Amino acid sequence: MLSSLIQDQINRELKKYPVDQKQSAVMSALRFVQDEKGWISTDDMSDIADYLNMPQIAVLEVATFYHMYNLKPMGKTTITVCTNLSCTLCGAEDTVAYLESKLGIGFGEVTADGKFGLREGECMGACMDAPLFTINNKKLCGRLNHEKIDQILAELDKS
Amino acid sequence: MINIEIDGKLVETERGSTVMDAAHKAGVYIPHFCYHKKLSIAANCRMCLVEVEKAPKPLPACATPAAEGMKVHTHSELAIKAQKGVMEFLLINHPLDCPICDQGGECQLQDIAVGYGGGASRYTEEKRMVNPKQIGELISTLEMSRCIQCTRCVRFGQEIAGQMELGMANRSEHAEIMSFVDSAVDSELSGNMIDLCPVGALTSKPFRYTARSWELSRRKSVSPHDGLGANLALHVKENKVARVVPVENEAVNECWISDKDRFSYEGLNSPERLTKPMIRQDNKWIEVDWAVALEYVANGLRQIAGSAGAEYIAALATPHSTFEELYLLQKLMRGIGSGNVDFRLRQSDFSSDGKLTGAPWLGMPVSEINACDRFLIVGSFLRKDHPLLAQRIRQAVKAGGEANVVHAGDDDLLMKVANKAIVAPADMVNQLAQILKALIEDQGAPSTQSSVLNPQSLPALQGIEITDTALSIAKSLAAGERAAVLLGNFAQQHPQAGQLAWLAEQIAGLCSAKFGFLGEAANSTGGYLAGAVPFAATVQGMNAAQMLENPRKAYLLLNAEVELDMHNPQLAIAAMRKADMVVAMSAFKHQAMDYADVLLPIAPFTETSGTFVNAEGRAQSFKGAVKPLGDARPAWKVLRVLGNLLDVAGFDYNTSEAVRDECLSQGALADRLDNHMDDVELQGIQPGPLLQGGEAQPGKFQRVTDVPIYFADALVRRAASLQQTNDAAPPVAMLHGDELQKLGLQSGDLACVTQGGISVQLTVKIDGKLPRGVVRVPAGHPATSGLGAMFGELTVERA
Repeated sequence: MLSSLIQDQINRELKKYPVDQKQSAVMSALRFVQDEKGWISTDDMSDIADYLNMPQIAVLEVATFYHMYNLKPMGKTTITVCTNLSCTLCGAEDTVAYLESKLGIGFGEVTADGKFGLREGECMGACMDAPLFTINNKKLCGRLNHEKIDQILAELDKS
Repeated sequence: MINIEIDGKLVETERGSTVMDAAHKAGVYIPHFCYHKKLSIAANCRMCLVEVEKAPKPLPACATPAAEGMKVHTHSELAIKAQKGVMEFLLINHPLDCPICDQGGECQLQDIAVGYGGGASRYTEEKRMVNPKQIGELISTLEMSRCIQCTRCVRFGQEIAGQMELGMANRSEHAEIMSFVDSAVDSELSGNMIDLCPVGALTSKPFRYTARSWELSRRKSVSPHDGLGANLALHVKENKVARVVPVENEAVNECWISDKDRFSYEGLNSPERLTKPMIRQDNKWIEVDWAVALEYVANGLRQIAGSAGAEYIAALATPHSTFEELYLLQKLMRGIGSGNVDFRLRQSDFSSDGKLTGAPWLGMPVSEINACDRFLIVGSFLRKDHPLLAQRIRQAVKAGGEANVVHAGDDDLLMKVANKAIVAPADMVNQLAQILKALIEDQGAPSTQSSVLNPQSLPALQGIEITDTALSIAKSLAAGERAAVLLGNFAQQHPQAGQLAWLAEQIAGLCSAKFGFLGEAANSTGGYLAGAVPFAATVQGMNAAQMLENPRKAYLLLNAEVELDMHNPQLAIAAMRKADMVVAMSAFKHQAMDYADVLLPIAPFTETSGTFVNAEGRAQSFKGAVKPLGDARPAWKVLRVLGNLLDVAGFDYNTSEAVRDECLSQGALADRLDNHMDDVELQGIQPGPLLQGGEAQPGKFQRVTDVPIYFADALVRRAASLQQTNDAAPPVAMLHGDELQKLGLQSGDLACVTQGGISVQLTVKIDGKLPRGVVRVPAGHPATSGLGAMFGELTVERA
């Protein structure tokens, strides 16, 4: 079942679209689920399908098409590092290596305490801040170096 | 119309059509995979790239609108280069192992690769692997790596089948066709995806690797199942039907067939096939020669006719029998002096017999359904009973039509339903009367000349209260220009079928709608034309129900398995047990082994020539595709010999065509179709017990019966793969949640369902869309064949 918070959020989205085209809200709905649970299970997808009156497979199509939806449990904080050209030229490989050594996990993995997950991302369209990563797809952290990463991780660890 | 030039040929094509359409008109072939004339345009395979003058780059012919003066080159250097390039890309990930592919020899990719592919691959890297998915018992996805992502299967589900069960997950190189979490594809039309797949990614699970396409000989045939008469091609290997595919006939089945038509052939080679005539002696079945068996039958019939009288002989045939078989059966019966012959085994109300002015039919050509803009569908499990007619109605609704439903169950029709009145069976007449009354009030009292309405019937409508739903339905119908009122199987099996039909005809008359019957089986219309009804000729007799209520001494059963095919199996079995002689002409061994005295192995539709007259009155003849199995013989020959043995005149036919021609010579088919009933007067319409608001006795319910799609006839019941689908799940009793609560039962509990003094144990399930006070118990299955009539009262208690 979708939580009442998610239902409220979806209902607000639905106002943007014609009544007979509820499925327009599918991307938002997936996002709300991920915000609440950290990832989207197939059960959630079928709940969304029921709620938006659309085929289950159509929800799965959307969820698997976009990279930012987590289809398996990720950490409380998911760090997504851009490894596209600009970031790589500015040292993304080093960022990844440093994160991997600090967290002890590779891409697609979660730390044992469940706090951090690491994902490889595509260009975020903010190349002037390369190298960069995002936190839970919401916050962009750019011009990374080891100190800055330490600082960000420390803050996240505390919260 | 606009003029365009394709490869130097001038073509006129409609405005808004595509270059692909124009090329078809010009007879120019453009290679393609994702394009299909019945599906929406995806333009994702890029195989149909052509050169268009003044366009800077090659354009996809399927998605490029034709424009005035356009000059298209499909074989220019640029076009060929583009097409070859696309082919090279397609073959990068596609396995190059055609010799071991099930599709090899009938594969569009293979064929087009001959024309546009390179002799060798430049690609030496690793190919992409796609894991097989589990999507049910009919379609195999073991070769999913062969998929070229044309998405025809996905679009078929969305647009034709009406439910999107397959989709393309992931993106670009990782894209895969799959169902949601390996759920089975349940569509009753799913097999068409196998035909649509241009490569070997989706293949037929029952057929896979049983034959190569070039070993098969193709014989045309006609589906014996529903009333549509879909055109089939039987693919035969070594005198066995190896598979069935559609033959395109735009006027009947378009290019589709239902899964029932496609996979029922498995039943033909079932171990239950009856291959030798058998006689019961001292309660043991012994195999005998045809001559002995037929002599035995003839003697038996002669004795009973001599001692008790010919009226003590009765004949029951299924509407799946061929036209010739039905004609000869009734001719034989009447020849020996008995009019007791009927093919309407699941019907219970015969009040319209003798009042019908013709054979009940669809009321219009099948192809006209697509053009209708308003529908009133009365009493039909439409999707499962008529998969392809439902598909046509779905297209009409999608094009702006409105579907209205009056029924006792509310299965998802996979189309938008404008209004629906879901009521208990006993309230259906009332519901139709409401709609009629609303129409009359809307249009003013009908003048006697202009309307078919019988004014004497009007008083009967007086006490009727019009509900909002009935009013909406009436308004919807009245607003249409080309409306259709269609009576489904359920309405025809209803104990007030005559009243329902009469009301439906009046409703249709008031809104200038076409009025028609959806035929239950291949010869539901043909059976009337063949005269296989008790009132068809001067020698009249009993109808199917009377023959059981007043047990006869001898029964001739043609294809009928009375324990599963009759309206009241309880009564049927009792009558069979009481009879002195039961002759079962059947392709299969069945429960007749318990009650019959003679079993005559007759040929199913693939092993005999014959004719089916479909719901629109189209007589479609077919030839036998394979030799009869064992000693089985075509039923028309068996009946002919019986006729000779019993000295009935006019039984010297040499071919089934001679039988057909004799019957058809009685007048043009089209003139003999008529749904009008004379002299029907509406009886006082009492609201059913539920409408009156009275509490039904606790535990007592009205029975709502469907005949599940894969239990509907002898052949599908034995089709192994179809029997493993979700549609063939063992029957359950379905009730509204409130009723279940009152009974103190929960979904999944075992309940004791009792009708006519016999109880069976069934699992109960909630169907919140059913009206209160009814229980839905399917027919056609051994688990429920102990119960009585398909309609009526039964009790449900905790087991």
